[in-house]
Amino acid sequence: MNDKTAAKSSTPLLRARYLRQPTPFCAGCGHGIFINAFLRAADEAGLDFGRTVFVSGIGCGAWVPSPHFLADTLHVIHGRAIAFATGVKLTRPELEVVVISGDGDLTTIGGNHLIHAARRNLPIKVFCLNNWLFGMTGGQVSATTPPGAITATTPSGNPHRSFDLVKLARGAGAPYVARWSVARPRWLRQGIETALREPGFAFVEVLSICPTQYGRANRGQWADKEASLPWAMLSWQETHCISRRKAQKEGAEGKIVVGEWREGEEPWDV
Amino acid sequence: MGKFKVELDEALCKGRACAICQNACPQEVFAVSDQPTPQGVWPLRVASPEECIGCRRCELFCPELAISVQEAGGREQEARGEGQEGPVVAPDYGGWTTVPSRLSAGVHFLSGNEACAEGALVAGCRFYGGYPITPSSEIMVHMAHRLPEVGGTFVQMEDEIASLCAVIGASWSGIKSMTATSGPGFSLMMESLGYAVMTETPCVIVNVQRAGPSTGQASRPAQGDVMQARWGTHGGPEIITLAPWSVQEMYDLTIRAFNLAERFRVPVIVLADEIVGHLYETLTIEPEIRCFNRARWPQDSPFGTEADDGVPPMPAFGEGARLLVTGSTHDARGIRRTTDPQTQERLVRRLANKLLAHRDEIDDWETHFTADAERLVVAYGSVARSALWAVQEARRRGQRVGLLRLKSLWPFPDEIVTRYAGDCREVVVPEMNLGQVVREVERCTAARVTPLPQTNGEIIDPRRILGYLLEGRWER
Ligand code: SF4
Ligand code: SF4
Ligand code: SF4
Ligand SMILES: [Mg+2]
Repeated sequence: MNDKTAAKSSTPLLRARYLRQPTPFCAGCGHGIFINAFLRAADEAGLDFGRTVFVSGIGCGAWVPSPHFLADTLHVIHGRAIAFATGVKLTRPELEVVVISGDGDLTTIGGNHLIHAARRNLPIKVFCLNNWLFGMTGGQVSATTPPGAITATTPSGNPHRSFDLVKLARGAGAPYVARWSVARPRWLRQGIETALREPGFAFVEVLSICPTQYGRANRGQWADKEASLPWAMLSWQETHCISRRKAQKEGAEGKIVVGEWREGEEPWDV
Repeated sequence: MGKFKVELDEALCKGRACAICQNACPQEVFAVSDQPTPQGVWPLRVASPEECIGCRRCELFCPELAISVQEAGGREQEARGEGQEGPVVAPDYGGWTTVPSRLSAGVHFLSGNEACAEGALVAGCRFYGGYPITPSSEIMVHMAHRLPEVGGTFVQMEDEIASLCAVIGASWSGIKSMTATSGPGFSLMMESLGYAVMTETPCVIVNVQRAGPSTGQASRPAQGDVMQARWGTHGGPEIITLAPWSVQEMYDLTIRAFNLAERFRVPVIVLADEIVGHLYETLTIEPEIRCFNRARWPQDSPFGTEADDGVPPMPAFGEGARLLVTGSTHDARGIRRTTDPQTQERLVRRLANKLLAHRDEIDDWETHFTADAERLVVAYGSVARSALWAVQEARRRGQRVGLLRLKSLWPFPDEIVTRYAGDCREVVVPEMNLGQVVREVERCTAARVTPLPQTNGEIIDPRRILGYLLEGRWER
């Protein structure tokens, strides 16, 4: 096999070992690609699902661990996953605590808890599935919706700017921050594994896709009319993501920089 | 046969609306099936496996993990979940135990808020998550000093929302947990209070009431949150609420709150007020206390019981139970059933019945001079101190008046009020609000019920109550 980062476990074995049931996600939902990468990364990192608590809030992203992961799952109220996770981690430091939720949940309604967990360097791992809007409630604007994007509540385009989640988390003091894209599953898998091995607070923004809400509302901008809508979105994301190394050489104009940022670098470093 | 074996589980495939594998594959190995499934999905299929070059893009991209790519002739991996079991924990049925007091037996002189914190510690509280707010902050400060001494964990959270969330998380870690607050913070906790009810999470919330609405008078007493305690969270669940009237009861009822929380797997509210919180008086410590611990029994359903008023066992995280804790409507295992009418009705009824069917363990009250009373004063919290003085004075002047002091407010002790209101011709309810418990009292008796409301941020002067009892006046 010509894949250096190949997972050791076969796909059916990963399913049997870590998953309770198939997902209810829409066809081509990027969150499923994240699940795929996460399970391979967790398997490689040796994450013991019997000693791991997955905490999630409300929204499509929050359904990733619950009820799907064969582990303890704490599926909580909207926006507060990190606050619940704080209580778990502080009282049971020997357990791994992993928060997986969406951009609406973790950064729009729940941003306060994110910055405070980063400030405290609480040793939990936070994966924010960023699909640029509220998927489950019908495609409304979120704090990460790009300016100008069409959503159910911005029919003439989003009039506001969006959060740069990497800068947000870095500014709040997170010692490890990364951004990866589901359009690059190998990078994503490796990035998740790295984050899971971090000793302190780790925040990973995962650029996901929501074909059902974001895709339908904004499909005009994806060039490849032949591809399925999910693939057109993934292609757009792939061509618009640029690694840190490349961005440092070529600049990042019009691109989304992916990679990892560690404590000690200036928060505004590319 | 090519060099690689490509398998696609059509039962998992979400079909041509996805088609990610087809687009991702450089070799056109995949094609849409000729037939849709009975569900109307047109799954992908492996059409040209011999073309596969083993790049594994399809396998890594598939959102459903429906595809596997193996080297042909490679060893099959057995699909079973070995090596991933959590620790096996012996059944622990919990129940009543006796524990030695943490303060030395005898008489102490403490504030109500300090007594509350000490009560929590002896009851077994080992996690406090809170946010500063007058007039409750002394509880938090005391816990910040004392919890580390007993191996507990203290954290000041970023707001009251996060405080109760952290408390609930800690409780699922198997740790007795609490927070304390006052009106504005209590309002912020309402959503997670409902979550604690729905997920059957034991925890204690102390509300040292201050004058509202809104910011109101932060350092002034009130009893304006009685209805909020019961009805503040949406969905209308039953919620145990206790009302201490002294420093002694700030201690005793906090212990009781933890015991009830553990016994019934519920959040319990200690509804204090600024007066009992800041009051200094003597507190008598017994050598030991009775203490209830939750049943932790990983083998049983953690979210349901056969009985419609049962309390399920509560394993903690990390004990191999693979818990599914959710605020959505769920079955006995925690699986969401968000459109099933039976599950919703059964769950909501059990959450109420597990308290309502055990009123004998919850209702708590005290009476003074009720045996021959023609008139009854019903009071709670610090106001009952004024009421008791007024009743004693009225007795001295020949009035046949008694006092029923409610120590538990919710579930409202209907039968107790009905019993003591009995043949009384009038029931009088002084409260530091515009009339909340009085409405409940009205439900429970045919006697004339008179509200004595006061909401000026001052304790109700005992002479005002006496004035009413003697002359029927309730003036400013
Ligand atoms: S609505 Fe969007 S994010 Fe939610 S499952 Fe469907 S595609 Fe995924
Ligand atoms: S990527 Fe997976 S779910 Fe999507 S069409 Fe292919 S097999 Fe089906
Ligand atoms: S491994 Fe590569 S070539 Fe083979 S079927 Fe999958 S995507 Fe196509
Ligand atoms: Mg979203």
